[in-house]
Amino acid sequence: MSATAVEVLQPHEIERRDAIRPEGAGGRKRRWLRYGVIYLILIPGSVLFVGPFAWLVSASFQHTGDIFSWPPQWIPQNPTIDGYLEFAKTGALRWFANSAFVATSVTVLQLLLNSLCAFAFAKLRFPGRDAIFLVVLATMMVPPQITMIPNYVILQHIPFFGDNDMFGNGGHGMLDSYAGLIVPGAVSAFGIFLLRQFMMTIPDELLDAARVDGASEFRVYRQIVLPLCRPVLAATAIFTFMAAWEDFLWPLIIISDPGKFTAPLGLAMFVMKNQTQWGMLLAGSVIATLPMVIVFMIFQRQFVQGVAMSGIKG
Amino acid sequence: MAVDTATATTQRRLSSAGGPPGQRSGDSGTPRKPAGTLTKMRRSWRAYAFLSPGLLVFSVFTVFALLFGFYLTFHEWNLISQDKPFVGLDNYVDMTQDAGFLKSIVNTFYFTGASVPITMAIGFFLALMLNQAIKFRGVFRTLFFLPQVTPFVVVAIIWKWLYNGDYGLFNYYLLKLHLIREPLLWLADQHLAMPAVILMSIWSGVGFSMVIYLAGMQGIPQELHEAAKVDGAGSWARLRHVTLPQLAPTTLFLLVMGIIGSLQVFTQIFVMTKGGPVERTTTMVYYIYEAAFKFYEMGYATTLAFVLFAITLVFTWIQLRLYRKADL
Repeated sequence: MSATAVEVLQPHEIERRDAIRPEGAGGRKRRWLRYGVIYLILIPGSVLFVGPFAWLVSASFQHTGDIFSWPPQWIPQNPTIDGYLEFAKTGALRWFANSAFVATSVTVLQLLLNSLCAFAFAKLRFPGRDAIFLVVLATMMVPPQITMIPNYVILQHIPFFGDNDMFGNGGHGMLDSYAGLIVPGAVSAFGIFLLRQFMMTIPDELLDAARVDGASEFRVYRQIVLPLCRPVLAATAIFTFMAAWEDFLWPLIIISDPGKFTAPLGLAMFVMKNQTQWGMLLAGSVIATLPMVIVFMIFQRQFVQGVAMSGIKG
Repeated sequence: MAVDTATATTQRRLSSAGGPPGQRSGDSGTPRKPAGTLTKMRRSWRAYAFLSPGLLVFSVFTVFALLFGFYLTFHEWNLISQDKPFVGLDNYVDMTQDAGFLKSIVNTFYFTGASVPITMAIGFFLALMLNQAIKFRGVFRTLFFLPQVTPFVVVAIIWKWLYNGDYGLFNYYLLKLHLIREPLLWLADQHLAMPAVILMSIWSGVGFSMVIYLAGMQGIPQELHEAAKVDGAGSWARLRHVTLPQLAPTTLFLLVMGIIGSLQVFTQIFVMTKGGPVERTTTMVYYIYEAAFKFYEMGYATTLAFVLFAITLVFTWIQLRLYRKADL
């Protein structure tokens, strides 16, 4: 992008107030020029971003032979849903059920456990509170790749799971199980932190009023604090769900039974094994993407708010 | 993404979180006989009840995992063999002589150094354009953000196809435009594989930078632009002296988040190149993954993971210092 383009793109130059402000013909002309240049960049740019998706959707409705045609067909000449049918036949739909189950469980558990901890840290006093909170804070910077190997061994030795005895030996523990996918992700240091910061802004008088009326701490948490936290909870829920839906490395490590594959893992394994059946693979890719796009479309506002909240306002 | 975004903020908040933690009214001031810690703990059993489910999971899979990981680095912990002998610092010594690992560090830095700045720059320009009162800007924003909401594995699959040497769309259009004479083997070419992975990562990451920059731009007080305008500053001058300095915290945030995220690059490598050709795209996490789950050397792999952790901490530390310096 050249310097002239940058000048043209200057933000805030044009404000809504411009409509009211008297403006010379020259200014208006310049503005149109500027907008013209912007569209000239944005439209081809967006083609580059949408193109691969358009091609994915189009190719998922083509016969395998047509997918490989040269020149590529952007509009399927012999549209077919064979890819989707075959995909359903392989039992791959189960991966999506698995993903939905795992992502939902992780989200629900995180909302519950994070908010319980956050409430204690923000609104209750007890010995060791600051020390424990400091430990939680300190681990927020730890990338999951650091704990993944020890966690693999830990999962293998969870007592009473997967044919393990009470000392955690003899079986495979939580490896290759839904519990193994869900439990380690059931709480998040960052989630606790975010909620705790938000709960700190809730005035204590509000809570005390309820306590005076004889409400238990749990009721205070459930009926006063949680409803007030709804916007933060919604934002974190969306992020947690999406992150859990597309998590790849952890399922790759601990799951070996194809019946327990999550959608991303299943698709990746599919690429590894059946290099040839692109029709099915592309159909599966479309199915894996749809829930994410739908969630995004519905919750777009909360989503962008969430990005801004966790990213910027800090 | 959520996890990725997570970290930067924390650092900033850490400094501000020092305030008095949620004091309950009436607690202070009353002269009361100080109770013993045990008595206090018994009295606050409810607080522990609130904490216990979350802390149980947290202490096993984070705190204990870290400690156990540290323990692993001093052992030859092969998943298959029965005895797991203590080997002192052998893992650390081996690591410094492991050419493959050192190369993976170089590859990871190559990936990071190229993908992070370019992603941020494109995201910035898109945000500049989409911050204007143009028509359909909501549509444009959604379109550029679309790769962000697509499962990363799917993005990798699409791009693997685009890069296909025989049928890929890239070769088709490049040949058609006469930009290349013969089809390129993007992912199988030693010199092209890493740039190809970088290009794909930029494509998928631009939307995030854009959204963050947009949020940053909307946070700039309009008065600053007005004042600069009154002083006769043109578009270029205002971009340089108002917008860019005001976005410094945003830029820093994206830079550090981008670096930390890129250091962990794995999925696209696994799906698209498997670390090849001739280990040109073997990144740190991919190397660690192979050490642990292909060769089952858990002790050695954990040692390598701790190096990754150390590198991450260095960048976090730089970020903290910069934030403090800028007094943000």
